[in-house]
Amino acid sequence: MISQFFVLSQRGDNIVFRDYRGEVPKGSAEIFFRKVKFWKEDGQEEAPPVFNVDGVNYFHVKVVGLLFVATTRVNVSPSLVLELLQRIARVIKDYLGILNEDSLRKNFVLVYELLDEVIDFGYVQTTSTELLKSYVFNEPIVVDAGRLQPLNPAAIFMQGTKRMPGTAVTKSVVANEPGGRKREEIFVDIIEKISVTFSSSGYILTSEIDGTIQMKSYLTGNPEIRLALNEDLSIGRGSGRSVYDYRSSYGSGAVILDDCNFHESVRLDSFDLDRTLTLVPPDGEFPVMNYRLTQEFKPPFRINTLIEEAGAVKAEVILKISAEFPSSITANTIAVQMPLPKYTTRATFELEPGAIGQTTDFKEANKRLEWGLKKIVGGSEHTLRAKLTFSQELHGNITKEAGPVSMTFTIPMYNASRLQVKYLQIAKKSNTYNPYRWVRYVTQANSYVARI
Amino acid sequence: MAPPAQSQRSPSPSQPSGKSEVTDLKTQLRQLAGSRAPGVDDSKRELFKKVISYMTIGIDVSSLFGEMVMCSATSDIVLKKMCYLYVGNYAKGNPELALLTINFLQRDCKDEDPMIRGLALRSLSSLRVENLVEYLVGPLGSGLKDNNSYVRMVAVMGVLKLYHISAATCVDADFPATLKHLMLHDPDTQVVANCLSALQEIWSSEASTSEEASREKETLISKPVIFYLLNRIKEFSEWAQCLLLELVAKYVPADSNEIFDIMNLLEDRLQHANGAVVLATIKVFLQLTLSMADVHQEVYERIKAPLLTLVSSGSPEQSYAVLSHLHLLVLRAPYIFSSDYKHFYCQYNEPSYVKKLKLEMLTAVANETNTYEIVTELCEYAANVDIPIARESIRAVGKIALQQYDVNAIVDRLLQFLEMEKDYVTAEALVLVKDLLRKYPQWSHDCIAVVGNISSKNVQEPKAKAALIWMLGEYSQDMNDAPYILEGLTENWDDEHSAEVRLHLLTAVMKCFFKRPPETQKALGAALAAGLADFHQDVHDRALFYYRLLQYNVSIAERVVNPPKQPVSVFADTHSSEIKDRIFDEFNSLSVVYQKPSYMFTDKEHRGPFEFSDELGNLSIGAEATNDVVRANRVEANDQDLLLSTSEKEESRGASNNGSAYSAPLYDASSVSAAASQAQSDSLISNLEVAGPQASFAIDDLLGLGLPAAPAPPPLKLNSRAVLDPATFQQKWRQLPISVSQEHSLNPQGVAALTAPQALLRHMQSHSIQCIASGGQSPNFKFFFFAQKAEESSIYLVECKINTSSAKAQITIKVDDQNTSQEFSTLFLSALSKFGFP
Repeated sequence: MISQFFVLSQRGDNIVFRDYRGEVPKGSAEIFFRKVKFWKEDGQEEAPPVFNVDGVNYFHVKVVGLLFVATTRVNVSPSLVLELLQRIARVIKDYLGILNEDSLRKNFVLVYELLDEVIDFGYVQTTSTELLKSYVFNEPIVVDAGRLQPLNPAAIFMQGTKRMPGTAVTKSVVANEPGGRKREEIFVDIIEKISVTFSSSGYILTSEIDGTIQMKSYLTGNPEIRLALNEDLSIGRGSGRSVYDYRSSYGSGAVILDDCNFHESVRLDSFDLDRTLTLVPPDGEFPVMNYRLTQEFKPPFRINTLIEEAGAVKAEVILKISAEFPSSITANTIAVQMPLPKYTTRATFELEPGAIGQTTDFKEANKRLEWGLKKIVGGSEHTLRAKLTFSQELHGNITKEAGPVSMTFTIPMYNASRLQVKYLQIAKKSNTYNPYRWVRYVTQANSYVARI
Repeated sequence: MAPPAQSQRSPSPSQPSGKSEVTDLKTQLRQLAGSRAPGVDDSKRELFKKVISYMTIGIDVSSLFGEMVMCSATSDIVLKKMCYLYVGNYAKGNPELALLTINFLQRDCKDEDPMIRGLALRSLSSLRVENLVEYLVGPLGSGLKDNNSYVRMVAVMGVLKLYHISAATCVDADFPATLKHLMLHDPDTQVVANCLSALQEIWSSEASTSEEASREKETLISKPVIFYLLNRIKEFSEWAQCLLLELVAKYVPADSNEIFDIMNLLEDRLQHANGAVVLATIKVFLQLTLSMADVHQEVYERIKAPLLTLVSSGSPEQSYAVLSHLHLLVLRAPYIFSSDYKHFYCQYNEPSYVKKLKLEMLTAVANETNTYEIVTELCEYAANVDIPIARESIRAVGKIALQQYDVNAIVDRLLQFLEMEKDYVTAEALVLVKDLLRKYPQWSHDCIAVVGNISSKNVQEPKAKAALIWMLGEYSQDMNDAPYILEGLTENWDDEHSAEVRLHLLTAVMKCFFKRPPETQKALGAALAAGLADFHQDVHDRALFYYRLLQYNVSIAERVVNPPKQPVSVFADTHSSEIKDRIFDEFNSLSVVYQKPSYMFTDKEHRGPFEFSDELGNLSIGAEATNDVVRANRVEANDQDLLLSTSEKEESRGASNNGSAYSAPLYDASSVSAAASQAQSDSLISNLEVAGPQASFAIDDLLGLGLPAAPAPPPLKLNSRAVLDPATFQQKWRQLPISVSQEHSLNPQGVAALTAPQALLRHMQSHSIQCIASGGQSPNFKFFFFAQKAEESSIYLVECKINTSSAKAQITIKVDDQNTSQEFSTLFLSALSKFGFP
């Protein structure tokens, strides 16, 4: 049970403010914002998602730079409230198509309307976009998608790749297409976030894939859908022993999930038999299935780092990135970072000849090397040389003062786990009914780190 | 008519109060109010939007109330909704104006569109104006009977709102009974869920004054209700499922078949994508199996994978909430998670609140097989750019060293830290090496060799400096230049800002003096002189004490200041086990995230579904708090991070346990809690004294002091050695109805004697009434007592709240055997009334 719900902009302005129970004093939004902004004087630690000030519990989640906040005096379940806040953001996004400060400000009356139905006297009534449709009457005012901040990994489909319809993920569930009629289509996105830690000698210390099969349906009449996954998919590695057992089955082709969970609309009647999920997708965006894998997989990038001392106050860093995926695939928005010794005063960079779309920077304030690459084609290799100058003489081991190297990237149409949607079957209404089906894969780095 | 361009700007708080805009809006609303021109609704919408946007950013637009109400006569549902929102926001502050809205809201409550009926009813019940409740009862009554589930759903919440405005009106209209009926019969699950929320709130708050309500509250967790709801659980929304699961967690099944039935039914909830559902299910599983050690352990194994999946899916905020719970479980049963340690490795991009939890988990799961890898990983973090986390990591290495038997490799790592030449790393490592030496003196040789190389000039942090000085004093025989380093430090006495460091310096110089007198004499003289002149009271006192001690007898001084030491074997835990158990009882609540039981951060009326266990929890505090004070004092006087030897630890635990310990057996269901056995032995002792107080009471009476005569004890005999473990007590307290509830005046002697809860405990024990939990501070005390009928199993439970300033005791008695409740009540009161007589 919550007492208030509000959304604050990055500057701390109230965009939406709803008091459900009148138990928390009026200034709560300001108290909250001040606390979050100045959590620790040195600004080094960020405020946890839940904290208590004078007996009032504040919960918040950050979505596209906005703060979604709930307050209560009651000792409630924190995951319930945080889950709820996230869900409210999703419902609003389903309605507005695009969720950002601008769209919220333009549509705040609609948002109030939604909030009245989602929560009554602090208790959740429903968060189903589907059910809410019959109670909500405001039409969304659509904002320009041009200045869109990406809300989720699927948003990358809107950039560049022509195979994807540009407006799909930003379409409101209630607004009609400009043409007046709705397009029948359904999106299934397989989004994987990978975490890998390489030891200084290049061995994989830990690796994990956290995946989601996300669905967004614009099908009228809510037909039943069957989603078939790899037939050799198995779930649950032998419990008791370590799940990090690399001797198991790599290369045999089988996909072994450590564990997974499902959206409540999913029926698993035939899952054990043929790995098929059956569901009637509700309106709006939702995760069909979340899964986790620690089975060994081939990391898409190898990182080599070499640091050589070059005189008493100089050193050279050589960073090499090799893309170990097929050349038909291209990774984009790659960023490589490496903390340098505290006493570094200057860094000069040397890119390989003919390099295009690459940027380099030395962040003086936090002594960090940054290397950005627009794209990397599968099978290629890229190298960066950086000459460092120090303010003091080197003593001891320079590798103890620098690193680790971390990397972020996005690889469309690639998934490390090899989990696949074999087919997507829509219960047919008639012979002519043939909606668009989009099945899309994307892999992103979560924590991709190489120690030196 | 075009609105002024100025107000089209997107509003922000930096704008002025908006007085002129509000006046503008007022005029425009007036003009539109009577108009029936086409398109007028669109203009109204624009104006209403503006009003609500001002409201949102905190500009007071309540002066528009009249105009808004006038404009609300419309069939446009969007307009209506905005108007309802406005009215709900300002009605409370403008009761007279709110009356204006009653008419149109009541009319809308009878609209043929169920949507309008529902909306109007919701607004009507949200007015929060007490003198308008009479207008609310009728519409609510018909709303509860409406054939549309949306209206019923709204009406149920309306009843709860009414209860908060005027509890009496709500109860008089017999709404709770109607809700109960709906809860058990309505086909719509959201109506059922709302009934459950409303009834929980209403009956919890009524229960303190009405026996019937507290019985009704108990029926919510009775078998028929629980099973009725459980059988429908899959029809409920995910949020309502959470509500229901929270209720099931309080249910006490009759036998193990029931337990397995419930668990089988809920098994698939563990695969739900909503973390709140999964955690609520886990709570049910953990609570149900508390008394079945092996199944309980299986539950841990079963929930591991779903929890880890939740941690890695979803937003960072959601995974933090789940991780906090995982943290709690890991700390409770580290060995179950010891092979999963790699999941607790930190990722570089995680926020520090997540990293901190993970470091604690890594520390907890470290054992013989994984320590090497864990420590290697932690050493990586020590070089981290994130300095607070680097520090935590070094501390974690130290903690692992202190809990392991084979510390060989770890000591090497710690010593490497000292050589890293980063200030904060050196500082943390010094503190650790000091603690390590207190536990493993055999390592002193290796450590001292490294520590000796550290220049005290490079150590600035007080804690680290104190640690270094402690080592200089303790091992001055092994460090050649110890006396000279200490002398150097003494010379800079005035530059040393930390009293803690100066205290340590005094002691270290003393210790050094006993070992190497000629070399240290000069430093000692200087230190004592500086100490005597010190402005800090503690430093001054210690210097004076040492000075006098030396004056009196040097060898006695040595025995006092530098006695042979026992290696320390166990760390004093920061959390007592009662607190940990309390947090575990409150699984799936904020208590887990804050790592504090709810009584530490929430007022009584807001503790939600954990009410009862909280009462007990609250009580254990009394003892806990005093214990903390004692500890704090000790810290002030001596080391900051005090390592207690085992015997010391047991002693302090015994003290804090006094009568209130609740060591819920985790894997040892049969163990009777320490407190119970202690209570037993105490009662043996006090039984011997029974004759004493009674005899003296008789004398007092003879003296005719004019005291209220105590009623003669009835022939009910109690078992003087009754034993009851807290879990059973809790269970019984939940199940049994209230037999007696009354207020009783205390005599002034009793009030005077009740300076601390313990006094009354002993007194009641002498009457064969045992205390299971007690707490509070003057003037409010609270006790839970129990007694057992002699030669029978029948148990009596008592809650006794005493306010010493009003000299009143509020007594609630629950009994197994209703026939003897009056007798017991008399006996209890007679025992209580004798309290305070010598």
